[in-house]
Amino acid sequence: MMVNKQTRDWYPFVGPFDPCPPIYVKSYYVPPNQYIPFQPMGLQQFSLQEALRLGTLWPALYSPYESKCGKGAGNE
Amino acid sequence: MWIYEKKLQYPVRVSKCCPRTAKYLVEQYGGADGELSAALRYLNQRYTIPDKVVGLLTDIGTEEFAHLEMIATMIYKLTKDATPQQLQEAGLGEHYANHDSALYYNNAAGVPWTAAYIASKGDPLADLYEDIAAEEKARATYQWIIDMTDDVDLQDSLKFLREREIVHAMRFKEAVEIIKADRDTKKIY
Amino acid sequence: MNKKLDANYYSKLLELQQLDFALVELTLYLDTHPNDLQAIQQFNQLAQQRQQCAHQFEMQYGPLLQFGHSYSKYPWQWIETPWPWQV
Repeated sequence: MMVNKQTRDWYPFVGPFDPCPPIYVKSYYVPPNQYIPFQPMGLQQFSLQEALRLGTLWPALYSPYESKCGKGAGNE
Repeated sequence: MWIYEKKLQYPVRVSKCCPRTAKYLVEQYGGADGELSAALRYLNQRYTIPDKVVGLLTDIGTEEFAHLEMIATMIYKLTKDATPQQLQEAGLGEHYANHDSALYYNNAAGVPWTAAYIASKGDPLADLYEDIAAEEKARATYQWIIDMTDDVDLQDSLKFLREREIVHAMRFKEAVEIIKADRDTKKIY
Repeated sequence: MNKKLDANYYSKLLELQQLDFALVELTLYLDTHPNDLQAIQQFNQLAQQRQQCAHQFEMQYGPLLQFGHSYSKYPWQWIETPWPWQV
């Protein structure tokens, strides 16, 4: 099973005296391995070229990650 | 025994000389959830784990050494030809005073690697859950390091390593199922 | 003894890395799925391809493995650069 969205958002409490500008939405990753108790046989595979590039042979286990470098922390 | 293969598991490209990134990356070299810890943890657990999962621990432990070499390659490239002043400006003055540009098994804060980073409980479930946790922690560490560099070539290699943590965690979870149920692996839930 | 690292070197190396990576993935998978016949067949087939690819690479760029798992020309090629972190 492929879960489309691999991040989950949450909304931390914002106190009136927090010194840093608040981040209203924080998110964390839930990689697809969390939804596969035991990998079924015969899953679809990437090509060998793609498999190396992406770090896995199986699309069902692939988790893309984007750097937050230069972006606001905690936001999507 | 082990046979060394004269190639990296994945091509490592670094597009800029950036000792500061090397300072952070060393977390995955000699840190608690780094590749050295991972390799030694898994290979060491093999001697007391049920026979069914020894192959998996051997193979993942061996792959971790390939990852250790990738991290070493990144650090080597990030600091190669950097001047003492550049190293100092990157917060590596203390490192330079002791090691020049040599690699050392310490974490990003300079704390030397210790065997206390790896647990060895002798209980199959305790050990495998430790392994799953270690993979998830290493995945998180890769995320935070990817977040701190704008070098897309370096990000590329780090994303590969992050994905490997996910696959390893998957396999360790399967090992838990094998241990739990003594299951027939042909059967799928 | 400095070998030329041309585009061919990098593409041959990449090809070998691709084959070897699929073999790593299948190995870990088979460690927990020892009864998957199809995966074993794919593994054996890729292992054969890998052997050919590695052989070609070694003929051109020198030995990949130590301790007698690769052959050497004269003089002893194992100690030649580049080492993996240098390429």
